[in-house]
Amino acid sequence: MAHQIQYQTMARRGSGARHSVREQGVGSEEHPHPTPQVPTCLAASETDRVREPAPSGPAPEDAPIVRIRGLSYRRGSLVIFEDLDLDIRRGAVTAVMGPSGTGKTTLLKLITGQLQPDAGSIEVDGLEVRRLDKAELCRLRRRMGMLFQANALLTDLSVFDNVAYPLREHTRLSPTLLRKLVLMKLEAVGLRGARDLMPSELSGGMARRVALARAIALDPMMILYDEPFTGQDPISMGMLIQLIRQLNDAVGLTSIVVSHDVRETAGIADYLYVIAQGRIVARGTPAEIAEDRSDWVRQFMDGLPDGPVHFHYPAPPLDQDLRLRGAA
Amino acid sequence: MAKRQNVELMVGVFMALGIVALFFLAMKVSNLNLSAGGDGYQLTARFANVGSLKVRSPVTMAGVRIGRVEAVRFDKATYEAVVSMRIDAEVDSIPEDTFANIFTSGLLGEQYVGLEPGGSQDFLRDGGEIANTQSALVLEQMIGQFLFKKAGESG
Amino acid sequence: MLLGAVAGLGRGVLDALTQLGRAHLLLGGILRGSGEVLRHPRLLGEQVFNIGVLSLLIVCVSGLFVGMVLGLQGYYVLAQFGAEESLGVMVAASLVRELGPVVAALLVAGRAGSALTAEIGLMKATEQLSGLEMMAVDPVRRILTPRFYGGVIAMPILAAIFSAVGVIGGYFVAVGLLGVDEGAFWSQMQAKIDFSDDVVNGVVKSLVFGVVVTWIALFQGYNTVPTSIGVSRSTTRSVVHSALVVLGLDFVLTALMFGD
Repeated sequence: MAHQIQYQTMARRGSGARHSVREQGVGSEEHPHPTPQVPTCLAASETDRVREPAPSGPAPEDAPIVRIRGLSYRRGSLVIFEDLDLDIRRGAVTAVMGPSGTGKTTLLKLITGQLQPDAGSIEVDGLEVRRLDKAELCRLRRRMGMLFQANALLTDLSVFDNVAYPLREHTRLSPTLLRKLVLMKLEAVGLRGARDLMPSELSGGMARRVALARAIALDPMMILYDEPFTGQDPISMGMLIQLIRQLNDAVGLTSIVVSHDVRETAGIADYLYVIAQGRIVARGTPAEIAEDRSDWVRQFMDGLPDGPVHFHYPAPPLDQDLRLRGAA
Repeated sequence: MAKRQNVELMVGVFMALGIVALFFLAMKVSNLNLSAGGDGYQLTARFANVGSLKVRSPVTMAGVRIGRVEAVRFDKATYEAVVSMRIDAEVDSIPEDTFANIFTSGLLGEQYVGLEPGGSQDFLRDGGEIANTQSALVLEQMIGQFLFKKAGESG
Repeated sequence: MLLGAVAGLGRGVLDALTQLGRAHLLLGGILRGSGEVLRHPRLLGEQVFNIGVLSLLIVCVSGLFVGMVLGLQGYYVLAQFGAEESLGVMVAASLVRELGPVVAALLVAGRAGSALTAEIGLMKATEQLSGLEMMAVDPVRRILTPRFYGGVIAMPILAAIFSAVGVIGGYFVAVGLLGVDEGAFWSQMQAKIDFSDDVVNGVVKSLVFGVVVTWIALFQGYNTVPTSIGVSRSTTRSVVHSALVVLGLDFVLTALMFGD
């Protein structure tokens, strides 16, 4: 335990040295790190990879809203992410795709600071998430909306109160103004008429749209969608796709969509990341991904039953297994 | 809205019930004497033997409880038991030559301190000591004495 | 083999200590959020309702029966010594000192504690707690703290009601059924039961139980594995742990309070 903590702090101290970027060319010079960049700790420099020096990048306004560098995260002995680099561009819909269990939800939780990485840096709007104290993290989260897989609506509050909840918590609006705002948010998702229903009375698609209305209640700069399409019928799926795109373009939001629904996600995303086994296996615009010839990407994107990911869970040969059982 | 008012009402009823229950426990079950407690004044008395007198045993006068035993300790210099009693503040006229006995309520009941007033015009004050005491009667001793006397009479 | 057993034992101890530490950190978080309760008294009221008012019926009925049984059993024992008049003392002392706080705590653990664990556990499983966190609302302060204080307030009240109803139940049996003299029943009781020693100590006990039972329930809920099996296991654990801790603590508190 103590060893792990020590390792973390050392890695944190040394993480300044990892701020080099390969493709994007966003140098660390624009975002001077709070700690001195002296990778003196042995443990940190051991885990560090030798990288080419960072070229000077574009102006900070064009800087990605989320910058992930060298991210590692383990759950026990299970490696979820290993040295992951990822950028989310401002104003775009970026999709992170991958098979179930690759830690897509974990990635969102790391971005929002609900989980702490074992190594690496995550910057959101220029702020290093793991370095924020509680108040700063709260301030940052107010500018982020998140749509949860299970919607996370508060079951003992009505639709109206659910959407009003963040406003009541963080603003001192008059009741009339609050009402207007909530109704506008509900109108945006087409559920103004459902304001008095309880979450248990909503269909899956409606609940998701209410959750979306709540996520945008505080006019965030960025929304994170965690598997928005799972369990939706084709009609509400279509509504959601349209909503995500509309919200993104009309209000100038940034959207991160985490999903394994290939067609829908590829349909709305401006940029795609495909992750598997803790690494990024492909990145690019939907068109570029469609051109990608690697076996893994083809299997995932086209939904082929066999390929690099096998249909069979690893097992000894069938005849051997059968014979053994017959002998016993 | 109606539901919320209902909740408030029920919580109010609940709290009121709790207060009633506590009041019942205080007045009906335990006979809380509001003047008792830390009030009153302290007297001490020395006994050769306190028997099974305990802390919180009653101190009575004419059979009415006027205080409680606060502490029973052993004085190693005189080999006596020192009993501290807290007497209710309104009983402020206990004569100096009052007699303190340790009695037993009933044959097997608990022991208590019984005070018999003397005739002095001077009253005991806080911290005062009752000089005249009689020890507890220990059943075995009484029986032993009785048998001894009987034996003496017949012999 | 032996090494494995030792390693397993060590891991178990470490796990238990980790849980203990986590539970205390959670309690710290809950207490730090105390200001929230003053700012939103309505949240507290709702929890007093959920924990207290909803447990009222079961506490009253159980109290009545326990008091009646005490009266009946006590009578048979005391009648052998011709001491039926002491029945009131016996009933009241057992209820006020022991049975009131303990049985009320066990009932609350079963009735309200399990519900708290399941509620918090489900909120975790359905990501409502994460959702609050993402709305920059601290779920410990907003969800756990009001429930904690609701339990702490409700428990002594329930215990007092339990004792009072129990004494009345004992009275019905003793005076109504068995013909014990009414005056002796009450007067002996009043002579022997002391307010500060017996009643106040009973209230202190139930306050401690209130803290422990709600704390365990909230911790088990907050610490649940967010699956349906996880929630059901935590609910069971919440009741079992509460019952064990209440009974163990009762021994310690009794030794501290009533041991001379």
